[in-house]
Amino acid sequence: MTTAATGKPLDPSTAEPFPILAQGLLEDSQMRKNVRHATDVIQNKRRIVVGELPEWQELREAGKRIREHTMRYLDRYLEQFEAQCTRAGGVVHWARDAAEARAIVVRLAREAGANEVIKIKSMTTEEIQLNPALLAAGIHPYETDLAELIIQLGQDHPSHIVVPALHKNRQQIREIFRREMNLPNLGNTPQDLADAARLFLRDKFLRVKTAVSGANFLIAETGGVCIVESEGNGRMCLTLPETLITIAGIDKVIPRFQDLEVLLQVLPRSATGERMNPYNSIWTGVHAGDGPKSFHVILLDNARTRILADQEGRQTLHCIRCGACQNACPVYRQTGGHAYGSVYAGPIGAILTPQLQQMEHAQSLPYASSLCGACYEVCPVKINIPEVLLHLRDQVVRRKSALDPEALAMRIMGIVFRSEARFRAAQAIGRMAEAPLVRREGRGEGWIHWLPGFMGGWTEVRDLRAMPQQTFREWWENRSKPGAHDGR
Amino acid sequence: MKVSLFITCYNDTLFPDCGKAVVRVLERLGHTIDFPAGQTCCGQAHWNTGYQTDALPLLERFVAQFEHADAVVVPSSSCDAMMRDHYPMMAERIGRPALIATVERLLPKVYEFSEFLTRGLGVEDVGAYYPHRVTYHPSCHGLRNLRLGDGPLRLLRAVRGIDLVELAGAEQCCGFGGTFAVKNAEVSSAMLGEKVQAILNTRAEACTACDNSCLMHIEGALHRQRTGVRTIHLAEILASEEGDRA
Amino acid sequence: MAGEAREVILQGIRMANAGLGRPLPIEDDWRLIPRAFRRTRQTPQAELLAQLVHRLQDYDAQVLTVDRDGVSNGIARLLQARSASRMLLPEGFPQNFLPPGFLFVTESGLNATEIDGYAGVLTESTLAVAETGSIVLQNVPGQGRRAVSLVPDYHLCLVEAADVVATVPEAMERLQQTATLPTTFISGPSATADIEMTRIKGVHGPRFLDVILMVD
Repeated sequence: MTTAATGKPLDPSTAEPFPILAQGLLEDSQMRKNVRHATDVIQNKRRIVVGELPEWQELREAGKRIREHTMRYLDRYLEQFEAQCTRAGGVVHWARDAAEARAIVVRLAREAGANEVIKIKSMTTEEIQLNPALLAAGIHPYETDLAELIIQLGQDHPSHIVVPALHKNRQQIREIFRREMNLPNLGNTPQDLADAARLFLRDKFLRVKTAVSGANFLIAETGGVCIVESEGNGRMCLTLPETLITIAGIDKVIPRFQDLEVLLQVLPRSATGERMNPYNSIWTGVHAGDGPKSFHVILLDNARTRILADQEGRQTLHCIRCGACQNACPVYRQTGGHAYGSVYAGPIGAILTPQLQQMEHAQSLPYASSLCGACYEVCPVKINIPEVLLHLRDQVVRRKSALDPEALAMRIMGIVFRSEARFRAAQAIGRMAEAPLVRREGRGEGWIHWLPGFMGGWTEVRDLRAMPQQTFREWWENRSKPGAHDGR
Repeated sequence: MKVSLFITCYNDTLFPDCGKAVVRVLERLGHTIDFPAGQTCCGQAHWNTGYQTDALPLLERFVAQFEHADAVVVPSSSCDAMMRDHYPMMAERIGRPALIATVERLLPKVYEFSEFLTRGLGVEDVGAYYPHRVTYHPSCHGLRNLRLGDGPLRLLRAVRGIDLVELAGAEQCCGFGGTFAVKNAEVSSAMLGEKVQAILNTRAEACTACDNSCLMHIEGALHRQRTGVRTIHLAEILASEEGDRA
Repeated sequence: MAGEAREVILQGIRMANAGLGRPLPIEDDWRLIPRAFRRTRQTPQAELLAQLVHRLQDYDAQVLTVDRDGVSNGIARLLQARSASRMLLPEGFPQNFLPPGFLFVTESGLNATEIDGYAGVLTESTLAVAETGSIVLQNVPGQGRRAVSLVPDYHLCLVEAADVVATVPEAMERLQQTATLPTTFISGPSATADIEMTRIKGVHGPRFLDVILMVD
């Protein structure tokens, strides 16, 4: 994958912490306007189509239970998928990590004699950083999703699960196309841009013999694979080439064909606010005369089994990648996806990315949330993202040294709270300590406009009311004394 | 009845008027207040920041202070939600059967303040008078965890003289989020900016809520920007009476 | 070596789940999943068809409702409206539906570029879902292999009223028997919302879709 305009690759193990990235991105008025507009539009559409289904909550419950059941029997369903897919003429591979997966893809592409491949958008291929590996092997990958095409031609990174080029507007896209497709007279309506993309890509669809895809669902019962898409590039890549290589996390498996009755209802409504997305493709292995002659599935672990072993974290694997949480998130709304330093951004990114990194990196992400719960409300499979965030914060803290300043401060605070006397003493000390910072204003009210150290984060953007002279409990005690008046 | 008050650590220290208002309202309705002096903190700050082990003793303290209460009122929806959502699990982690049982018995008696009025006592009109233009911000924990619904609004509508105006985008988080407000101060401020804009658009004199944590954060910007709009806890509106000084 | 990765992953999963226990056989546990949502609607067929037509028109499809005898005329009218005279047919398409005056070629193993040379494709369909306005094609006679209904710019599709179901669960039930066939759900011409969230029609795949709804 080519590097972003900022020069830094989108790699959670090296990305700057969220507060730093966010700080820079908050300055990007263009991105902020686009993100606000886009999330408003999708949220409104979602509200309407969800409102049409009186049984929406029942569907969410079914979705949650399907995913829970799947994870409980994940080994069985993966084995069943492998057997069924193989029986139908597919070849199933297993990859423990990103490196193994990349090696398998490159090997298969080479065996197919490919020096170029067409790709359907796949978060999984981004996660394993496939494109640089293909390029290094002399194989040129062409992204065929319009947004991914925009990203690839613009040498950028996706900022949203479903609408990766959310942070770009049509003028920026037009510039990229004019330059990279050599179209000096390109118009600037969205339709003009789409038509340009259509022509540019059609040539590739009709010509390139090897395709790489992800998968939305792997159906254990039948060995089938389901891809959910809007533009038709998926159908092109799945149907016209001779060789198809599909990479899917082991969490993509679903038990039975029938389970699509739930998932194909909740996914489109949550992702793009449509009753159904334009195209769904379901195919099973190899079908003579229809589609690729050679079909490979790579089942990817890449820390998913570790996440599965974490009782509180495993529900993260239930995610069906709809992106509704991103659209609902008031933090994402301000920062966009790049602030998360990962292909998985927003609320799901805040819990999935650090866990995929086995908690060694991306430790700032679980804190990139005000715990408002809007994500949980819209998640079609009821992942309790706030609870997982809290769990991961605990995991982050456990890795801190006892001498970490924050850890020390929290320990002391905990000790203070464990005793009434210490608590009252702390209140008195606090009042004294802040006194020099208090400025009396017009009506005698005390305000603080500056705080030192990390507390300065508060006063950078807010004032702070000075502590009152009397705490509630002091007032209560005075009140109970004989002769006291019930002053307010 | 005798109502036990869990004031919360930050209300005790920073917003005593809120507690005084709760006392006034409940006494006006004919109840007596009990204030266990040993109370400190529910443990939310520790739990939410990832210091779960440090929060456990605070559960034990809360239970020790309140286990004999008939009803516990908490003028903070985030603290009440914290206890309801996490105390059972925390008690399990501590592992003492008696504690687990006490928590199970006690929690249904622990109410957020507005909830105590509407669901506990079944009252909406508490005899308040507050002739000002006010808008209401539903704090996230009250909205999504406690599901307070329109309870606080019904209480506000019953206040004589009030000019209650709806807040656009009310359900959007104000950006406080506890330590988030400091650890991610800039994003917190960006979120706050939209909330302040919505408040200013209502032309209200005051913004109210069931949580002084949100209000402290909102007030911080309203004051910094010299908007002249103030914040006031729901309890203080309900405590206001006709004879009060403005 | 491939086997090693497989064993490591499967073993990792088993260990991760060890604490949960699996008291029930897998099928019984699957059956416990609550499906309290609507599986079907008791809607009169006329209403169902009206909803389907409405949804299809939302996708800018021309929809003609005809009886069996009117299919041939209907095809002619739509082809004239689209100025399409050279149409591809999948193998097994009923010849008696074809109107005179147009060129229909039954495809047999054409490559993508050859398919691209036709104005459009005429197919039957497996079923349609009224609630979502979706049409489902499978690789069977009359519907053909996927490339045939993908590459041409115009798709004219026959839907039989008896094949119209109300909901997605009903559709999956009907498809269960042929679940392993190459299957495509079409819900409007392809669209993208990637440019400023405007739904733009016709990126790839047929940009134009017309439907003949055949009522007996």
